[in-house]
Amino acid sequence: MDIFFFLGITLVSLIFITILRREYEEYAVLLSMIVGTMIVSRLIGRLMDLIGAFTYLAEKAQINADYLSIIFRVMGVAYVAGFGGEICRDANENTLALKLEMAGKIIILFMAVPVMVAILEMVLRIF
Amino acid sequence: MIPEVNLIFKIAGVGIVVLLLNILFKQAGKEEYGVLLTFVGVVAIFIVAIQMIQRFFEEVRAVFGF
Repeated sequence: MDIFFFLGITLVSLIFITILRREYEEYAVLLSMIVGTMIVSRLIGRLMDLIGAFTYLAEKAQINADYLSIIFRVMGVAYVAGFGGEICRDANENTLALKLEMAGKIIILFMAVPVMVAILEMVLRIF
Repeated sequence: MIPEVNLIFKIAGVGIVVLLLNILFKQAGKEEYGVLLTFVGVVAIFIVAIQMIQRFFEEVRAVFGF
């Protein structure tokens, strides 16, 4: 889990991508997609421990568990949409990237509705 | 060596081989084979990429729980 591994992989693939981009754009996009997936998939395993720590802290603070799960789901959707959007932007397809990110935002909005309803009811109960 | 680096070199190798063969085809006057070869290379790499991305998104689904 050291940074030099990621730096090495990024630099090696950067050279190959610049070579391939001159003649074939599609190989460069494919290679950058694969390297991006590779780098993050090595990190994703560690995220499980972080999430364990957060759930432990949430239990300590008596935060409702399903609100926390909604937060994690929203983070997941946001990350995946960003991941796809960046790949599209790398291939100079800004419209595709925006469409994908808009879809991600709408999905997140749908996920957040129950939380908003709960907050509103809490506020109304006070008055 | 690290499996990731192996895969990067394999894929970059496919791209460069296709590049060289296209130059040879251009000299031999049979450019259509070059175009076909490019498509074959793209499909091969695309299959590898899709399998990797599918595995990666399964992990993301497991970690974030959606």
